[in-house]
Amino acid sequence: MSDVHDRILKIIADQAMLEPAELKSEMSPQDIGIDSMGLVESIFAIEEEFDISVPFNANEPESSDFDISTLGSIIAAVEKLVAEKV
Amino acid sequence: MNAKKNKGDKPEKSQRKSEKVTGKVKSATSRARTMLGRVIMGRHANGMRRVAITGMGTINALGRDVPSTFEAMREGRCGIGELDFRDVERLAVRIGGQVRDWNAETYFNRQQIVLYDKFTQFTLLAAREAVDQSGLIFEGELGIRSGVVLGTAAGGMNTWDENYRTVYEEGKNRVHPFVVPRLMNNAAASHLSMEYGLMGPSFTVATACASSNHAMGMAFNMVRSGAATVMLTGGSEAMLCFGGVKAWEGLRVMSKDACRPFSATRNGMVQGEGAGVFVFEDWEHAVARGADILAEVVGFSMSADAQDIVMPSAIGAERTITGAMQDAQLRPEEIGYINAHGTGTAANDKTECAAVAHAFGHHADQLMMSSTKSMHGHLIGGTGAVELLACIMALRDGVIAPTIGYEEPDPECALDVVPNEARQAKVGAVLSNAFAFGGLNAVIALRKV
Repeated sequence: MSDVHDRILKIIADQAMLEPAELKSEMSPQDIGIDSMGLVESIFAIEEEFDISVPFNANEPESSDFDISTLGSIIAAVEKLVAEKV
Repeated sequence: MNAKKNKGDKPEKSQRKSEKVTGKVKSATSRARTMLGRVIMGRHANGMRRVAITGMGTINALGRDVPSTFEAMREGRCGIGELDFRDVERLAVRIGGQVRDWNAETYFNRQQIVLYDKFTQFTLLAAREAVDQSGLIFEGELGIRSGVVLGTAAGGMNTWDENYRTVYEEGKNRVHPFVVPRLMNNAAASHLSMEYGLMGPSFTVATACASSNHAMGMAFNMVRSGAATVMLTGGSEAMLCFGGVKAWEGLRVMSKDACRPFSATRNGMVQGEGAGVFVFEDWEHAVARGADILAEVVGFSMSADAQDIVMPSAIGAERTITGAMQDAQLRPEEIGYINAHGTGTAANDKTECAAVAHAFGHHADQLMMSSTKSMHGHLIGGTGAVELLACIMALRDGVIAPTIGYEEPDPECALDVVPNEARQAKVGAVLSNAFAFGGLNAVIALRKV
């Protein structure tokens, strides 16, 4: 697991008030009690952490390029954005 | 369409009336007895409901609850001191009535703090004390029939200030997603509605320094008219941050050393911060559940000077003071104490004294009027709420809070301003004045229970 992976997981776990070890990649944000505003807050924290810009609009979460269906897809999308930045 | 409907209703109405009369013609004494019964029972003869205050709560520079605030007022203690926040050294005015050593983590969890600006935090804390005292639980019908109306002038000013700093000074291009729900002026009212399940009329009023009095006047009228059974009301302000004080500095009405209302040596106002929240409850409802009624709200009046954006008008103030007494059906001689607007500026204090002198005539020499802003500072949109506490203390405990910092009489403020030391006195009815920038006036009247 990459450092980026762990840092994202930590942010999401903090938001869900869980331990990172409790999270599994197939879980959806809803599964761990993160509602739409919680997701916006997590994305803000991820943007701050990695100094990236996440293309996410809360009005049409499905149609953006950023896949938020599971924790795994979120982590993969963020890792891609971080990699593109360098 | 309405007119047509009313016409159609008319014959029916008179029919009903005549049916009633044929049964038994009431004598004048029995009618009077019914009216008296209604007043005792919690209704005025005109069908309006009486309004009880059954809870009060506060946080301000004098204390973090009502007992500590009352104690400070009794002792004439000053809560104004050196301001402590980021960039204070760039201010010319460095004193205020600040809530010392404020640590939000003591009262709220991380998720709450993300959503609560300081003005909301203060409101929630004051409301907790007030609702606990009232003993009310807003379940079922009561939740639907209860609401919240609060006053604030600047709402989430700290949130504006911090985030402007982020984007302007630090040049960052991203702000936290909850900046808007945190800073909006109705945030505190909305959080109270959520905290207690209040689903009735709920909103926020912003009329600068009269915001809380307007809010409490609205709450009073809503309970009085039967539109709500219980209203949480009062107000909150948290403007003591660099941008908040800097803006006031610009007006050049601020004192750099102390707030000395009505004293010839006064040199301006001093800002404060905090909140006051009250439970206004339908009298019958309060009596039926055996609540401890702290005071009765009996009158309210509001008006606009329609004159100047900053200079107060004695005529407008007098009209509002008189209006509140008329609304309360109180004669001037019945008023024993006025909590003054008393900002400590040259303009306000002499205008207010002239207004009171005109409104009360000879009785102006008998009544006491103090400005507790000398102790807790001017809480702007929250000030009327904290000042209503001094009114309740006067009615309930027979203690008149003093105007501290009083050094020299001013012939233009020749009233009994209860200088420097609290006084024991029995009063049956009181007024609380608020005269805002923009010429908006709001006066509320309370009576002893």
